[in-house]
Amino acid sequence: MVSNTTPWSPSAREREREIYRKNLQARKRVIALISTVLVLGTFSAILLTSPGWDSVKTTFFDLDYGKEVFPTVIRGLVVNIQLTLIGGAAIGIIALALALLKTTKSPALTPFRFIATAYIDIFRGAPLILIILLVGFGVPALRIQGLTNNVIVLGTIAVVLTYSAYVAEVIRSGILSVHQSQRAAARSLGLTSRQTMRYVVLPQAIRRVIPPLLNDFVSLLKDTGLVSILGVTDAVRAAQINASRTFNYTPYVVAAILFLLITIPLTRFIDRQIRLRSEKQNSEGLA
Amino acid sequence: MSAPVLEIVDLRKSFEENLVLHDVNLIVSEHTATVLIGASGSGKSTLLRCINLLEPIDDGLILLDGQEISDPAIDVDLIRRKLGIVFQSFNLFPHMTIRENITLAPIKVQRKSRDEANELADGLLKRFDLLEKADEYPDRLSGGQQQRAAIIRSIAVNPRLLLLDEVTSALDPVLVNEVLSIVRDLKSDGMTMVLATHEMGFATQVADQVCFLESGLILERGTPEEVLRSPSHPKTKEFLKRVHEAGRL
Repeated sequence: MVSNTTPWSPSAREREREIYRKNLQARKRVIALISTVLVLGTFSAILLTSPGWDSVKTTFFDLDYGKEVFPTVIRGLVVNIQLTLIGGAAIGIIALALALLKTTKSPALTPFRFIATAYIDIFRGAPLILIILLVGFGVPALRIQGLTNNVIVLGTIAVVLTYSAYVAEVIRSGILSVHQSQRAAARSLGLTSRQTMRYVVLPQAIRRVIPPLLNDFVSLLKDTGLVSILGVTDAVRAAQINASRTFNYTPYVVAAILFLLITIPLTRFIDRQIRLRSEKQNSEGLA
Repeated sequence: MSAPVLEIVDLRKSFEENLVLHDVNLIVSEHTATVLIGASGSGKSTLLRCINLLEPIDDGLILLDGQEISDPAIDVDLIRRKLGIVFQSFNLFPHMTIRENITLAPIKVQRKSRDEANELADGLLKRFDLLEKADEYPDRLSGGQQQRAAIIRSIAVNPRLLLLDEVTSALDPVLVNEVLSIVRDLKSDGMTMVLATHEMGFATQVADQVCFLESGLILERGTPEEVLRSPSHPKTKEFLKRVHEAGRL
């Protein structure tokens, strides 16, 4: 192996190539830098010297007003986060049940398979905002004793109903992606179809759909902002109250920045997971 | 003569319009190895999958220890516990370590305790020289090691009959031997086996009976001497000639 060879020093030709490669790299960096400064500089110059810039700045980026509303908006964001976490847990459980029911071949569960299929069709196809309006305003209108009128609870239910359908489809696609030979191997060892699903198919399916599930989680966080239409004081609603009071839209920008502070790192993390996964699969493919 | 472990009577199987097995009759006695040879698409794999009840049959009988297992009323899970099958593509469970792959069925199907199953697995892994890989995941093993692990997984449940479906076909030529030597060991243990293979030299060594399949029919059968050295059917001769030309005899 390598350890037995004599000490290596690059040949004259290799040293030439190395110098050439270094020059090339340096030139590329200079071009990138000049291009960036030129383009971004031009854009900022146009933006800052345009006649409307001052009013844009005071309407959307009023720093003092931003600081003033920050505490109320962040209190609202806590509601969004709570809703995302509690809703997310409920969605996970319901979606898994729906996915299993939709893929089952058990004759006794046939009616449930139909129900799961219809449920997914309906809630995946209908706009989330309609479901929120229907549940949030419709349910209290029934005036049924014992049913909650709490808009946070009703809003959460509406979001959970819809997202369970999305996530069920993601899980189901994971289940279908596990190769038939894995099932054959498990069944030939004497495992029942239920044991095969639980110990062989589902663990592989869930692992495969973690990146798309995380994407849905980010969407869920953003879509919790929609429950503000029911009057839930989340980040969006808190911003709206302040903005409509002063006709200054800085609170919306504050809310947007707060959402981005969570979603951008999360999506970066997901992209990294997906990249690592595909690299792993590629290396497996080569083996 | 002991009673046959497996008996197949007039088996017929088609995929839609395509007749893949017909008039198949086979008797496999205890502690014997039956080798199925024939070109790809001759029906060897389908026959093994039918025996393991992975494929429903169109007609005929399959009897395991005298019990008709082709009866649709039978509990297939119960029958499959008595049969082991090893596939060409290993089909290990990628999310489990080698030891977990081997102990899954003993724990979940045979209701052994985890300790008992681990002890069984480690014993087999040690015997077949794979113990140091017990805690690795399948993707860390070579093809030959994966196939050996797959064979161990299927014998860990103590099958009455072991079915091996071209277990060396997906392997590098240098890895073939380590897998075949396991099969030889199992044969000398007295395991009853039916195997489909393209390794004619190996077939000669382990087979008690060789069956040559052509277009879903067993055209010729006999001892390895009879079928492989002095075949009588022209199709068998032609097949063996082609195998010989390919350098596999």
